[in-house]
Amino acid sequence: MPANLQPPDPEQLAMAVRGGERAALAAALNLLDDKRPASRSSAIALMTELQTGQAAKNSRLIGITGPPGAGKSSLTAALISVWRQRGLSIGVLAVDPSSPISGGALLGDRLRMKTSSEDDAVFVRSLACRGQFGGLSAEVWPMSLVMLAAFDITLIETVGVGQREIDVADMCDTTCYVAQPGSGDSVQFLKAGILEVPHILVVNKEDMGAVARRTLSELGAAMSREHSEGNWTVPVLSASATNGSGIEALADVMEQHHKVLREQGLIKQRRQHYQGKWILKRLRDEFGSNGLTRLGGTDSILDQLQAHSSTLFEHYEALRQRLL
Amino acid sequence: MNQETVKRDRPWLMRTYSGHSSAKASNELYRVNLSKGQTGLSVAFDLPTQTGYDSDHPLARGEVGKVGVPIDHIGDMEALFDQIPLGQMNTSMTINATAPWLLALYVAVAERQGVDPAQLQGTTQNDVLKEYLSRGTYIFPPEPSVRLTTDLIAYTVENIPKWNPTNICSYHLQEAGATPTQELAYALSTAIAILDAVKASGQIPQERFQDVVGRISFFVNAGIRFVEETCKLRAFNRMWDAMAEQRYGVADPKKRRFRYGVQVNSLGLTESQPENNVQRIVLEMLAVTLSKNTRARAIQLPAWNEALGLPRPWDQQWALRMQQVLALETDLLEYGDLLDGSPVIEAKVQELIAGAEAEMARVADQGGMVQAIESGYVKRELVQSHTLRMRNIESGELKIVGVNCFEQTAESPLTAGTDSGIMKVDVQAEHDQIAGLQAFRAARDQQAVDKALMQLQEAAAGGGNIMPSSIECARAGVTTGEWSEVLREVFGEYRAPTGIDISMAGQTDSAAMDAVRAQVRSTGEELGRPLRLLIGKPGLDGHSNGAEQIAVKGRDAGFEIVYEGIRLTPAQIARAAQEEGVHLIGLSVLSGSHLELVEDIHAELEKIGAGAIPLVIGGIIPEDDARKLKAQGVQAVFTPKDVDMNAIMTTMVGVIRSANGLEA
Ligand code: B12
Ligand SMILES: Nc1nc2c(ncn2[C@@H]2O[C@H](COP(=O)(O)OP(=O)(O)OP(=O)(O)O)[C@@H](O)[C@H]2O)c(=O)[nH]1
Ligand SMILES: [Mg+2]
Repeated sequence: MPANLQPPDPEQLAMAVRGGERAALAAALNLLDDKRPASRSSAIALMTELQTGQAAKNSRLIGITGPPGAGKSSLTAALISVWRQRGLSIGVLAVDPSSPISGGALLGDRLRMKTSSEDDAVFVRSLACRGQFGGLSAEVWPMSLVMLAAFDITLIETVGVGQREIDVADMCDTTCYVAQPGSGDSVQFLKAGILEVPHILVVNKEDMGAVARRTLSELGAAMSREHSEGNWTVPVLSASATNGSGIEALADVMEQHHKVLREQGLIKQRRQHYQGKWILKRLRDEFGSNGLTRLGGTDSILDQLQAHSSTLFEHYEALRQRLL
Repeated sequence: MNQETVKRDRPWLMRTYSGHSSAKASNELYRVNLSKGQTGLSVAFDLPTQTGYDSDHPLARGEVGKVGVPIDHIGDMEALFDQIPLGQMNTSMTINATAPWLLALYVAVAERQGVDPAQLQGTTQNDVLKEYLSRGTYIFPPEPSVRLTTDLIAYTVENIPKWNPTNICSYHLQEAGATPTQELAYALSTAIAILDAVKASGQIPQERFQDVVGRISFFVNAGIRFVEETCKLRAFNRMWDAMAEQRYGVADPKKRRFRYGVQVNSLGLTESQPENNVQRIVLEMLAVTLSKNTRARAIQLPAWNEALGLPRPWDQQWALRMQQVLALETDLLEYGDLLDGSPVIEAKVQELIAGAEAEMARVADQGGMVQAIESGYVKRELVQSHTLRMRNIESGELKIVGVNCFEQTAESPLTAGTDSGIMKVDVQAEHDQIAGLQAFRAARDQQAVDKALMQLQEAAAGGGNIMPSSIECARAGVTTGEWSEVLREVFGEYRAPTGIDISMAGQTDSAAMDAVRAQVRSTGEELGRPLRLLIGKPGLDGHSNGAEQIAVKGRDAGFEIVYEGIRLTPAQIARAAQEEGVHLIGLSVLSGSHLELVEDIHAELEKIGAGAIPLVIGGIIPEDDARKLKAQGVQAVFTPKDVDMNAIMTTMVGVIRSANGLEA
């Protein structure tokens, strides 16, 4: 009988994931994607296992977002090589759009990220957004738990964002917005208050010269540099994924932001905050606002989740069962 | 009328694109071909030579001497032209990324034969831009590639004045699906990119620039719609003349002439009822010979068994005879231009020119051909055209006799022979080539090699013309892999856009497609998540059409597709399949190295604990090999006769179902 007919044992799987075993990582990610009932309950158990162990590892969760073609994947590739030189391991979750007609997708980010095929310290999983979750896909967050357990850095690339798809900033510790030179979009977003969210702004393709410099100065000028979370001045950087310029500086700034968050104890807080939001969102997607009302409303659900923080996912499953 | 008194035009150069196994075997073939009345040589190199690897490099496994001749060093080049006096020969070399290197070897061999390099005649294809779009044997990023191209041009204009330093190719674009308009637009945009680069390099004084323009030649395609194709060539003629005069200020009309060679369309040659390919080839040849004012300078024809595998000497002879019959038996060469003055032809030419100019303007708006390639624009346009063509074949709108109509056939005596009607390359050839290479390396003067490579490195990094130091490398006994490695270090490597991210616009949905989508969706639901398919192109093979079409179709059918383009190692494919959690791996191999590659991929999958992922393959796979592959565990084998893409999708879903214990 093929091995994938039976869901793997969550406890063993979690251990192998923490050990960075690639076959286990792949199996864990597959499991979290799997909607069959038997798989779902193993997935819940796996997430609980991973959650309890997570605090131990000082791993970082970074989001990269920006318009289509700005160079998110190319910058990711460039960052990976800098991080590898610094001895860090990296897991990437890259999200691409799905076809609204067929549900199919072309997962193209990986092509740009191809680094060394022999390097066990890099693992890339592509995901189709499957029409949901503001530039991400519903599976991204659970999958990020797997990556966080195995790698020093977990990086999430969103689909090319339109305007409202800012979920990634809620989910990640550090969010970096990649701007495309010469496109007024980024400046527009900024004025509309959308670009308040990222912690780092980078204008890619500085090798394009004048047009990149112009965008850089426009963004610099339009930007309210104090981040709403406080204690962080949003840097506006210039880089070129093609030439490799500015990548070290970008990696440095990401590290600084991580330090600031850690010093203020914000990492745990942010991640917990997102867990609740994610569960709410999933419940809403599955059962509509009506469902949420039947469970006592948003605030009450969040309170309940808070109270059950050690068995969060079991509780989520219990809530689902009440509605099913 | 007495035959003798009729004035006939001189026929075009007749060539046969060939080379295989080893320099020695290819040399014998060339001498036989020349004795049969062939009037020039057209060298096919193997893929390691084209992509800059020595025959003993791991990536060359299974590819050495397969689709062309392996050239590792000057000794091989010397053997290739043994007893062929280079001073009198006209040699065309289909070589691109490593063109400066192969020309350097050619010059060094001429020296050894006592021939003054200034006398050499022939062609280096040397058009890397179309490699990114179709042919696939690029190595470096576009910018340094254009520089190497311009270095070769500048060098030959000064030192080998009768050489055609570059053949701007539209041939390969049609083979990747291009329409006539696209062929015109992209080839001429490429010519602009190259000529502008030569100019900007400052290597040629302004007053000699018209010599550069005069040396540019083209390599075009002629498809089965032969009237339109003739018009395309007339359009080329006119547009090139105008461009040379207006953009580059060439006053001498002779230097503005559109000079071109041809290989007729091979994409439309079929595996089913392959004898019909003969008619197709002959009709296509008419397109480039009918009109005297736009007649081809050189022609090479594919063989009737094009879609089956490599041609044998007899198959190539048959193709050569087609040219000879047209040139020598018919009265074609006795007349002036047959089409001048025809309003029907003129209207079509105008239409093509207008379309091409509009597309050229779009390319120019993006900053030119290099930028339009880097952004993926041109490749997407080509994939879109090819997708349309495939859909029309599938729907029956585009008729292909013996494929989607009149499929019934009597048994063919042509394919009944014991060799299945194709050439088989001796498996011993790779082994012998490697042994020869290693002996050559051991016997050469290593100090001279190191010194030559150092000079090459300096020229590459410093910006001096790459040719003199390359010729020095050739003399010193540097190998193909060593020359390329130095440049890889300086310039870096590149992966071109795949072009498969095309929009769904214009999609024709059918009941068959709906049925396939339902299968894909429901199987995904049964397995808990959407079906994921990795399409892999292992080895050095650059034939991407099939992989691209399967990717686009797969996406339309509801698969989540992972496709990273051409030239991946078995290890990369196995790891990507595992990381991406795919349900199925679909390989596409047309270069003939499928047996070795599948064996390696199986081994890699086992090694990383992913042996349970099922595998299918498509490409040029002879029946014997298909049987062997199935015995190795490959679940399905597809070949060019499988034009029903919905059926292919259904088979793949079936493979996934059975691998996961679901009932059929
Ligand atoms: C088009 C073509 C080219 C184009 C390729 C353009 C491109 N980007 O793909 C160009 C002109 C560039 C080219 C170049 C060369 N070619 Co070529 N080419 C062909 C040709 C004419 C058609 C192939 C094709 O694209 N068909 C259309 C596609 C859609 O069909 P397909 O790939 O067969 O795919 C179908 C099925 O096979 C299947 N399938 C294929 N892959 C997959 C994958 C999966 C997952 C699935 C499910 C199904 C599947 O489904 C598809 C749907 O029908 C064939 C001969 C022929 N008529 O088949 C020669 C042929 C493949 N070429 C050949 C050669 C030798 C070359 C060169 C190596 C020559 C040289 N020495 O330089 C070069 C170099 C290319 C390189 N870098 O590797 C040989 C290979 C010989 C062999 N295997 O023994 C052939 C067979 C011609 C011949 N008889 O000599 N070529
Ligand atoms: N000139 C230049 N081009 C770049 C640079 N970085 C990326 N590109 C090009 O920009 C295009 C898009 O790059 P990607 O990295 O795929 O961009 P992306 O933001 O990940 O794109 P999507 O995922 O499709 O939204 C490609 O053609 C890259 O080659 C850069 O620094 N300079
Ligand atoms: Mg991307």
